[in-house]
Amino acid sequence: MDFKLLVFWVFSLVLVGAAVGVITTRNPVQAALFLVLAFVNSAVIWMLMEAEFLAITLVLVYVGAVMVLFLFVVMMLDINLAPLREGFHKYLVVGGGIVAAIVFQMIFLIRVKWTGDDKFPQPVPKPAEYSNTEELGMAMYTDYLFQFEVAAVILLVAIVAAIALTMRRRPLTKYQRPAEQVLVQKEDRLRVVEVNSQDNQDIGSISNAATKASAAAKANAANHSDNGDNNPPIDGATEGVKP
Amino acid sequence: MIPLSHFLTLGAILFTLSIAGIFLNRKNVIIILMCIELMLLAVNTNFIAFSYFLGDTAGQVFVFFILTVAAAEAAIGLAILVVLFRTRGTINVSDLDQLQG
Repeated sequence: MDFKLLVFWVFSLVLVGAAVGVITTRNPVQAALFLVLAFVNSAVIWMLMEAEFLAITLVLVYVGAVMVLFLFVVMMLDINLAPLREGFHKYLVVGGGIVAAIVFQMIFLIRVKWTGDDKFPQPVPKPAEYSNTEELGMAMYTDYLFQFEVAAVILLVAIVAAIALTMRRRPLTKYQRPAEQVLVQKEDRLRVVEVNSQDNQDIGSISNAATKASAAAKANAANHSDNGDNNPPIDGATEGVKP
Repeated sequence: MIPLSHFLTLGAILFTLSIAGIFLNRKNVIIILMCIELMLLAVNTNFIAFSYFLGDTAGQVFVFFILTVAAAEAAIGLAILVVLFRTRGTINVSDLDQLQG
């Protein structure tokens, strides 16, 4: 048994085990982590088939982005797991039977009836300076340019759709309006008021009057008993409070 | 040396396992989405196997586009799931019977 076959067996067995974990585990977070394991093992198996760019893309895009998105959503939603597991054992019989039938048919077809291994001989390994990325890029930017642009548009639509679906305006939340903030003029915010000094003193007294009211009344009474009415601000304050 | 039938068998087993996952977890939308991702992975493995044994890059380009569409599908599917959970408070498939289907 040569080394490549050993690597294939090890990683494909772990891959199948991870897939079984995805479909049987009780916790969706564990299922997502099993799916990450399945993707990483699958990337190794793709690398055995000299698809290095796609293997790295699988790890970066799937494990790095899509599965993190899955984990975010699974952890964000507060899901009651008990009703979601109802009927697991009931469906296990039906699903297991159907799956066993499909697997039996496919493997019978692929491994017993099929003689494709003679028709598809083992390809010669690529030389060391061969770049899978370069060849894929050449194909994608020349022969498949239109499809590539359509894929870009699909991604753009997905971005817009995901944001438009999940964005919501809560009625009680206060928002800034940056456009109006930028366009504001001096006249909108600043008002110059002409007041004379006497009124100014009164306004200041009134604003303080609420806290000082009781103390000022006592002090006023004391002042009146001492030196008459030569203390007009406090008089003003008490009169200001009365209405 | 690994013959082509090994890769095809692996893809077939993965695909049927994900079908089984949809059967077993038919009430949990998140697991169903994960099973669809697993199914696409099995299909991609077949594409790459044939691309390798035929010496044709077209299969890998197809896998690239499938990855793109699958990423878009996952993003929109999860967005729909979040909106669904926000409005109905559940992701149980059997509770989503408003259309009386």
